Amino acid sequence: MSEQIAAAPVDLISLFPDQVKADERVGYEGFMVEPKALVKVVVALRDELGYDYLSSVTAADYIDDHKIEVVYHFFKSTGGTNLTLSTQVSREKAVVPTLMHEFPSMELQEREVYDMFGVEFTGHPDLRRVLLWDGFEGFPLRKDYKEAYFTAEKKPFTNRWPEGHITRAEDATPYKKNVVYPDNLKPFEEYDPSVENLLYSGMKNFLPEDQRELNTEPVMVNFGPQHPSTHGVFRMAAILDGETVMALKPVMGYLHRNHEKIGERNTYLGNIPFTDRLDYISSMANNFAYVVAVEKLMGPRVQIPERAEYLRVIMSELTRIVNHTWAIGFLLNDLGAFFTPALYAMIERELILDIFEATAGSRMMCNYYRFGGVSRDIPEDAMAKLKGLVYERLPRKIDELDIYLSENEIIRERTEGVGILSPEEAIAYGASGPVLRASGVPYDIRRAEPYGIYDQFDFDVAVRYHGDTYDRYVIRLDEVRQSLRILQQALKTIPEGPVLLKNPYNVRVPAGEAYGRAEAPKGELGFYLVSDGTANPFRYHVRSPSFINLTSLEKMSLGLKIADVFAILGSLDIVLGEVDR
Amino acid sequence: MNKEKNNLYGTGIIKGALVTMRHFIDTYLDDIRMLGKRYMTQESIEYRRSKDVKGIFTVQYPDEKLPPQEEFRFIPFLVYDTHEDGTDMIRCTSCGICSKVCPPQCIWIVQTIDEKTGRPIPEPAEFYIDIDICMNCGFCAEFCPFDAIKMDHDYELASYDRTKAHLFNKERLMKPASYYAKIRPTYFEREEAVRLEKEAKKAAAAKTKAERASKSAQAD
Repeated sequence: MSEQIAAAPVDLISLFPDQVKADERVGYEGFMVEPKALVKVVVALRDELGYDYLSSVTAADYIDDHKIEVVYHFFKSTGGTNLTLSTQVSREKAVVPTLMHEFPSMELQEREVYDMFGVEFTGHPDLRRVLLWDGFEGFPLRKDYKEAYFTAEKKPFTNRWPEGHITRAEDATPYKKNVVYPDNLKPFEEYDPSVENLLYSGMKNFLPEDQRELNTEPVMVNFGPQHPSTHGVFRMAAILDGETVMALKPVMGYLHRNHEKIGERNTYLGNIPFTDRLDYISSMANNFAYVVAVEKLMGPRVQIPERAEYLRVIMSELTRIVNHTWAIGFLLNDLGAFFTPALYAMIERELILDIFEATAGSRMMCNYYRFGGVSRDIPEDAMAKLKGLVYERLPRKIDELDIYLSENEIIRERTEGVGILSPEEAIAYGASGPVLRASGVPYDIRRAEPYGIYDQFDFDVAVRYHGDTYDRYVIRLDEVRQSLRILQQALKTIPEGPVLLKNPYNVRVPAGEAYGRAEAPKGELGFYLVSDGTANPFRYHVRSPSFINLTSLEKMSLGLKIADVFAILGSLDIVLGEVDR
Repeated sequence: MNKEKNNLYGTGIIKGALVTMRHFIDTYLDDIRMLGKRYMTQESIEYRRSKDVKGIFTVQYPDEKLPPQEEFRFIPFLVYDTHEDGTDMIRCTSCGICSKVCPPQCIWIVQTIDEKTGRPIPEPAEFYIDIDICMNCGFCAEFCPFDAIKMDHDYELASYDRTKAHLFNKERLMKPASYYAKIRPTYFEREEAVRLEKEAKKAAAAKTKAERASKSAQAD
């Protein structure tokens, strides 16, 4: 499929000769669009050229050119490689038209770009900060922004060696003196409700016209940030009519640490253990997506041994099993089956984590993948245990989980027909992973744009067609079964040999940009990297599936009862480490 | 497995309850089978982390602990060799690679400077790791060219003081090579083999050099 797409290049320039030109910088590809023509071009891309899946939007601050570049990554929902569309605006007056009306998936992502870069999206109905708090001063991903406890622009810091007389950051900048507040904001003296009012008034815009002046009084309810069913510190502000949800807004960022700024200070190698902390349940898959992106940037000079390719696939699929059993267990928790299903699902997770510990050295923060291979070979006793799990125990246990839960009448009544997302909506809202496939779109990156050696294995793309919460549960069982199929093939044919040819600590990559992605258990995990040829990435962006899957939460929840919202949220399977980054 | 809904209402719940029942019974069968040896024994811990485990599989921490696997890593330590004459020799040469490669930059090293020549001596004067910041990634051990810094197995590090007790200095970090050999036997053997080979080569090279020197002396 990819050959066909390569044979027919996208002819966007002949459609818009004045507004579009090819991106001719070295190492870049795609098209440059005038900001004014953006909406027109995007509609043509979607309707005439078939690029209907706008996966990610981000920006990069080219401070030397006094430009901020907003970058869009388009895909076809039938598969293939990405199409990059970028538009440049000045740093002082960064204004770009919103694409939210064409692609609702942009709602949260455009807010994130506004939050981090200060790019205004004209026409966006609810342009507020999303990850940072509303009183935050400055735009942190701009290159001239310096964070609290700032030491130097780039790691390694020179004060660590050879004259590394230790100082603690906390002693140098005491607590409360490391933050700048806007002049009119006094967070420790008085509480300012205007910020919350902005959130609530924003929600009134989403109510239908005739209900704004309704005599009955809608109730404003906040779930979280401290709530056991939100899987972490996540908040949903909802307007309820009785128990029916009239409007719902996710509020996140409580776990925000600006992973991307840390990533830009870091070296390429140093980012691998940081990616573990994104979706901390499936760290192997995060590693995989990141090394795929960096290896794309490095080009064909990276040699990956065959055994390492197999180990990558094996670990990634084991992670999928870990994640999906966990997700099923905790969905049941959200439905009120307190912890018995969750703990039954976690027995298998425990056994797999033991294999991770024996191989990578850590149960959760694996840090296992390297550019050009994996860090260590799997020990023989762990391999024997893994074979026992994959061939004997796991298939049996997944069937047991299926018998245990799938036909349970209470679960079916609670989940069937709840939170329906149609295929068209799922694509438009940028849903990915099990959420997209449960809505009847057979889109799996392992097939749509194969990476690693996934094209050598025989497996089916799991798909379900109702798009409701029950299908989002069942599809996870389906995917675990497909993962086991891949594992059974991989363990049969894994060759002997080295797992890493060379492992330099000062990795440099050629200048350019790359968008690398992998089918993480939660969905499409993409890394957008810009290199300027130095040892640190110039731009490092994470397209996190949990965050973008939340865009459709309101759409699915409207008109349902509040108890259903938690079932829907559980079926989306978010991890706040990845949502908030 | 995912049949249509035409079953008698409630059969799904009963099937699920039977699964729960089996887990329950399995636990008691294990209790009877391993009477008196269910907990606190090596075999039972191994059984609970094997693929054949049934029933309850909890480990009663802290009364019993899962033995860490060889690859397990937590907080680095510095290896020192004890020579035959009883002196301790730290392997670290303060080359600074661990400090450069450390992702959260938690390693601080001060090089020793020879007072006479003003040149660095290959031994650290000070070596600190801020273990609050350390993310246990293991890069320092992975990239150290002298096998001088290794990851530990000791994961119980709670203390009462956050500001001072968690700054590990050189004395706190140093552990003997025999400890390293105990926690990572296969790694230790592999590295020792490479080391001995290198030393043998070095000795051979020195020998041939000496021979050559003596030969050339004879020729003169």
